Amino acid sequence: MPATPTEPAFVRREMLAQKLPPVSERGAIKWLRENLFSGPMNSTLTVLGLIAVYYLLRGFYPWLSNSVWNAESYRECRDIVIAQSGEGATGACWAMVRVRWNQFLFGLYPVQEYWRPVTAFGLMLVALAPVLYYGLRRPNVRMVGAVTVALVLALWGLGTDTSHLLVCTAIMLALTAVAWLAPKRLVWLTLLFPLIAYFLLWGGSVWGPVGVLIGIGLGAGAWWFAQRSFGVVVAAAIGLAVAVLWWLVLHTAITSALYAVMPLELPYVRSDDFGGFLLAFVIGIAAITASLPIGILLALGRQSDMFLVKTLSVGFIEFFRGVPLITVLFSANFLLLYFLPPRTNFDLIVRVIIVVIIFASAYIAEVIRGGLAALPRGQYEAADALGLDYWQAQRLIIMPQALKISIPGIVSSFIGLFKDTTLVALVGLMDPLQGVTKIVRADTAWKGIYWEPYIFVGGIFFIVCFGMSRYSMYLEGKLKTDHR
Amino acid sequence: MTIAFDAPKPGFRPSQLIYDTRYRSYTIQVIVLLLVFAVLIWLLNNTIQNLAERDKDINFGFLFNRAGYDIGQQLIPYTNDSTHLRALFVGLLNTLVVAFFACIFATLLGVTVGILRLSKNWLVSRLMTVYVEVFRNVPLLLWIILAFVVLGETRPGPKEFKVTDEMVAAGQQPVGSMWFWDSVAVTNRGTNIPAPLLDRPLGGFEILGVPINFSVLATLAVIFGSIWVNRVLVARARAVQEATGDRPTTWWKSLLILFVPVIALLVALGFHLEYPALKGFNFQGGINLAHSFTALLIALTVYSGTYIAESVRAGILAISRGQSEAAFALGLRPGRTMNLVILPQALRVIVPPMISQYLNITKNTTLGMAISYLDLKGTLGGITLNQTGRELECMLLMMMIYLTLSLMISAVMNVYNRSVKLKER
Repeated sequence: MPATPTEPAFVRREMLAQKLPPVSERGAIKWLRENLFSGPMNSTLTVLGLIAVYYLLRGFYPWLSNSVWNAESYRECRDIVIAQSGEGATGACWAMVRVRWNQFLFGLYPVQEYWRPVTAFGLMLVALAPVLYYGLRRPNVRMVGAVTVALVLALWGLGTDTSHLLVCTAIMLALTAVAWLAPKRLVWLTLLFPLIAYFLLWGGSVWGPVGVLIGIGLGAGAWWFAQRSFGVVVAAAIGLAVAVLWWLVLHTAITSALYAVMPLELPYVRSDDFGGFLLAFVIGIAAITASLPIGILLALGRQSDMFLVKTLSVGFIEFFRGVPLITVLFSANFLLLYFLPPRTNFDLIVRVIIVVIIFASAYIAEVIRGGLAALPRGQYEAADALGLDYWQAQRLIIMPQALKISIPGIVSSFIGLFKDTTLVALVGLMDPLQGVTKIVRADTAWKGIYWEPYIFVGGIFFIVCFGMSRYSMYLEGKLKTDHR
Repeated sequence: MTIAFDAPKPGFRPSQLIYDTRYRSYTIQVIVLLLVFAVLIWLLNNTIQNLAERDKDINFGFLFNRAGYDIGQQLIPYTNDSTHLRALFVGLLNTLVVAFFACIFATLLGVTVGILRLSKNWLVSRLMTVYVEVFRNVPLLLWIILAFVVLGETRPGPKEFKVTDEMVAAGQQPVGSMWFWDSVAVTNRGTNIPAPLLDRPLGGFEILGVPINFSVLATLAVIFGSIWVNRVLVARARAVQEATGDRPTTWWKSLLILFVPVIALLVALGFHLEYPALKGFNFQGGINLAHSFTALLIALTVYSGTYIAESVRAGILAISRGQSEAAFALGLRPGRTMNLVILPQALRVIVPPMISQYLNITKNTTLGMAISYLDLKGTLGGITLNQTGRELECMLLMMMIYLTLSLMISAVMNVYNRSVKLKER
């Protein structure tokens, strides 16, 4: 007889409540154990780190917390700090930055003309919009609108006279309208921007930039008509020849005639008056925008099958990568005038910008060459198999991929370039670091101040460079299309 | 139906120069050549005209004239009666010495920071990230000037270091004190560090005004000899290991070989350190380093250290986890995994950017002119240029020297790259 199944003594009907992990394995303690005290070595490092943080805080915190923002001289700052926190206390004297703010931003640029660099900066952001969001209505409008508001507020804050304020507002509103109605048209502003910026920053007769523009227009027209029958390269040569003919023969005569008829001009500002971050931005932005296309051409030249083109590109790149920037800047200062026709004399800033462009393009070329080399051979062969010619293959297949690969390198070159704009102080320009700070420190009112100006200037450089590097990381992630 | 085209006529038509890809590249190259020649002739012509207009010629004879200026830091004997050529070499040596030490210190700092930034320790890796981001996103020139200004303005003057009897009686401490067991004095005038001296030096001689010191040569010879003997020892040990499977113990033999001969030689030569001491109004004895040198060295080290740290970090991250896991699966201990598997592969990624960083350090020493450090840029491209007015010659010579330095460093890099290159199909 089979045993009857007996009722079990105990059956659990409901789940036990989940137990918490042991104290050492949860919450802050777990985090601390894993991240700070996982072993003797790690604990030692943590203690050393804490000591370092403690010393940094002990050194800087009282100094920062005693900051003074309103004073007329360094002495006054110290008196205020001592009055607040007693004898022997230290405090940062940011009042210097407040008092010298305009000089740090604009150098000796005439005060009543401050609206010009500010407007140029605003227009640059507008010119950037189609590059970042080509043809997209909403982001374009948003960006242009935001710049409009910021620009009008900035101009108003700088105390610009009403007529200029109204003109700038009208132009910016018109641009916002363009961004709304035909966002692709904004590209024209991007293309015209170098001339507009030159006119706004340096001033002088409006007909000079217009003449340059006419030359470019004539060259482009000649290229357009010639390329149908002569091919791209020959047509480019013809276009260039036409433009050069215009600039050398007709430009001066026609622009002075136009000036006599219609004397439109802005007061001329000498290059010596440029200074501060205005100078750093002018040189940095000009060099960044111009060095990229030249660098691409140099990289293509270095990859070329043509022996002569390749040799010239390699020689150019290796020479400029081999010498320090300062020697190149000094050459711009001392030597460039030897190599140009006698009695040519042009502006030091323009000379510096030209050599910085040349210098930077050599570095960009090497970065892009790395991108080109990283492309699989199959991409080139596929382009050939599709029957694309050299420039089509570069434009449609090679460059989009190569540039994407080289974004981190390109951006770090740009960051290096922007930091290197400080070196122009050594050829006598008034950059924010050496030039302006030296003037401030030489002033008797601010004698003996050294941390504050350097921290302020360094802080602005940090914000710009760090921002650029973070943006490149974002861009890299956004453009990543492979599944690695 | 077939369509027959005429076979292309043999022979050459001028239009082929543009339309035929076989010939087009020649056309383009000839045009480029002509353009380059045209530009060169134009530049040369302008230069000749400009020189004629300013009553100048191209002549390097000025290098043998009396320089007439003093250089604070000189590694080879130099007075203001020496020639400009000698000033050039003093400047070049100053460039090289600051670049050399900056490379060493930046490597030490960079490797440490790069490894610590990968550490699992939350606090330390964050601190290192902050250090790297702050120092690499701010211009080097700022660090140089800041270091110079801070050294010059915050340090006490030499007289603040003086301990008088009254102060001892009152139990007061002097404002300034020396560091590292009274061996390093940093005043607002400069830094004094102990100097190595020999009681019984071996003497020396001069070649073309360059002093050659036998003691230094002997020391170097002994060091290189020891290293060579040690390599022989290690190679023998490896041979034994491959033959028998047992590796003979070598570490204490290595230590003996590497250190005993050098120490014996130094004792025989009577090696000792001369410490700086306060005499009169300034510190005497030891080696006096100007603040321009110290500030340049500090700034180059902390700035370039961040770049080296980043390349070290990138190199270690570039090795896939599978490599270390495979090594663990083979039963290697973590230390040997690092030495045998990770580092050999990581070094291939780390070393090229590191060498180009050394190149950057060498080029960045030119920024020393902002704080009046008399390197090559300061002597040849600075005072000599201003005194003689020979811009063309000075700038060309200087660029050539820097170019040679860079090309030499690039050559080293290429040799290294070739030796560690993955042997592929």
